[in-house]
Amino acid sequence: MIKIVKRDQPSRAIFFFTPVLAIFLTLVAGGLIFFILGFKPFEALKFFFIVPIADKYGFSELLLKATPLCLIAIGLSFCFKSNNWNIGAEGQLTFGAIVSGGIALLFYEQEGFYILPIVILAGAIGGMLYASIPAILKTYFNTNEILVSLMLVYVSKLILDYLVVGPWSNPEGFNFPETRQFSDSAKLPLLFEGLRIHAGIFLALAAVVISWFVFYKTYLGFQMKVSGFSLKTAKYAGYKGKKMIILVFLISGACAGLAGVGEITGPIGQLHREISPDYGFTAIIVAFLGRLHPVGIIFASLVVAITYLGAETAQIFMQIPKYTGQVFQGMILFFLLASDYLLFFKFKFIGSKK
Amino acid sequence: MHKFFIRFFVSSLVLLFTFTVAAIAKDVKAAFVYIGPTGDHGWTYQHDVGRKAVEAAGFKTTYVEGVPESADAERVLRQLANSGHDVIFTTSFGYMNPTNKVAKEFPNVKFEHATGYKREHPNVSTYAARFYEGRTILGTIAGTMTKSNVIGYVASFPIPEVIRGINSFTLAAQKVNPNIKTKIVWAFTWYDPGKEAEAAKALIDQGADVIAQHTDSTAIVQIAEKAGVYAFGQASDMDKFAPKAVLTSVENNWGPYYVDRVKAVANGTWSQKDTWHGIGDGMVVISDLDSQMPADLRSKVKKLQADLASGKVHSFTGPIYDQKGNLMVAEGKTADDGMLAGMMTYVKGVEGDIPK
Repeated sequence: MIKIVKRDQPSRAIFFFTPVLAIFLTLVAGGLIFFILGFKPFEALKFFFIVPIADKYGFSELLLKATPLCLIAIGLSFCFKSNNWNIGAEGQLTFGAIVSGGIALLFYEQEGFYILPIVILAGAIGGMLYASIPAILKTYFNTNEILVSLMLVYVSKLILDYLVVGPWSNPEGFNFPETRQFSDSAKLPLLFEGLRIHAGIFLALAAVVISWFVFYKTYLGFQMKVSGFSLKTAKYAGYKGKKMIILVFLISGACAGLAGVGEITGPIGQLHREISPDYGFTAIIVAFLGRLHPVGIIFASLVVAITYLGAETAQIFMQIPKYTGQVFQGMILFFLLASDYLLFFKFKFIGSKK
Repeated sequence: MHKFFIRFFVSSLVLLFTFTVAAIAKDVKAAFVYIGPTGDHGWTYQHDVGRKAVEAAGFKTTYVEGVPESADAERVLRQLANSGHDVIFTTSFGYMNPTNKVAKEFPNVKFEHATGYKREHPNVSTYAARFYEGRTILGTIAGTMTKSNVIGYVASFPIPEVIRGINSFTLAAQKVNPNIKTKIVWAFTWYDPGKEAEAAKALIDQGADVIAQHTDSTAIVQIAEKAGVYAFGQASDMDKFAPKAVLTSVENNWGPYYVDRVKAVANGTWSQKDTWHGIGDGMVVISDLDSQMPADLRSKVKKLQADLASGKVHSFTGPIYDQKGNLMVAEGKTADDGMLAGMMTYVKGVEGDIPK
């Protein structure tokens, strides 16, 4: 007979194994769903997960898609590790894009090496400013950061709507809700001729390295870890909690803002109403799937990115509804949370008593 | 005998040729890129009805739904162009820049962009419908059916397409009822049932007893049904969602155009075009007229429909004045397409200002 027993300590091996288990279970459940819908499961999974990245172009698109997810998730991991629930990365992305897009429009039809750094910096600052709102409200007014950061997402989208419909709309664009195209100097350089992958990927990689260093090699990282385990302990140890809360929100906001910059100065090249297909929310899945570990987040962002590409390929070649991509993202998170049960409990096989 | 053989030979050659051409024609593959789900019963749904017409004409089709206007659009377009599609219809305004960008890379693939104005490469065409003609019909009905003389109008974005619709609607309503006022609520969305319902409620609270809409969901007609006021269906026949409220619908009928263009690709006769078709060409269709409308109104509408189709009546015939009383179109003149394409001022009788 099998008995469920609570573990004395969460298992470290299981901690890194459950994401893999979650992905495996997602594939099995996904295959089952395809089968029930009347598609050949293995063929469907092939079109979902292999065909989209089978050539150089496809692989470059995967990296392009994973870049903002990775960048935002790295930022979020600073918050989540220290028990700060920043759900509003999408808003910080949007606001960062607004600020950097505004600067880019100021330099319309101007060229110069100094433009791009200013535009990038503006995006990071925009994201930080926007993330500071829930942080300050939390530290000084004890508000719930989940609610505040989430609600601010909708505010940022309305601000963007207002700007692209009104004052920033392209004067030659028949009042359609979009700005002018940015000048080349305000755009991130492409890495390869004919591919869309741009220099933004280096921002993401830099974030990975820096976050690894901070998490595991600095006092701040240690403080974050302690606060993550127990806020009371952190207080007892005399850590300045308020300062840390604001700092992690600023880092998180800067990363999200940079992700916004990467989209508008990379493949989009202008501001309009739909600059992000909810990267800020999807990155929450990425952060947890990656176990809030910088390397884990790289892999997680690639896995989640492929669900986007795969959904398109599967619809083009097999007429599978494109929204199954979102079903896959949901299943990954579901199975991850479900298999986290194994972190704290284990199955014990007990010989039957006679 | 000799003659017979020649005839036989020639006719079989002709037959063979026809079969070959037919076989080649059938090989043309068309792709459609949609902004929403095919089940939205509005904009995307009608494009998909058009796609099915292309299938029925014997061509293979592919579609991708729910493609955001973000960086993803370009990838979907490139993938469709790369996977053997000969003509790609991109059915939302926000695909304009990606369409032109990808068209440059695939000169042998034809691109058809709905509602845009950029044709930067010879393989890009644009197409749109003269929905304002349909709105002339709706305005005529609304002006006749209203008792409060306040007509509500849920608008999406302040672009010429929408302003033109409001103006055409108001002008027609004024023609049958000089006392009407058109009240506008801007929803700033094309499809958001929640926001659209709020907008409709606000208009009904302000005394509107007929509601027109330039957004795509069925929420507005359903709110109208509950409130006991009249409404009009948008994009598809929405009668079944609100049988009492919906007097008629303006349907987007893309099928004939799609079949035409795909056939042109198959025959090698496709060339760049900017198409703007109305009731006459069948791109704008008026659904069945509700029996709640008096018989004389119904026959009036039928006649108006025929006159719009033949060109005898134009939606924008002078004299037309703007809100401040300045003359926009002189008596006896009609607005040309250039003026219609850039229309950004309200006509007299519309309340409020265009959001800036």
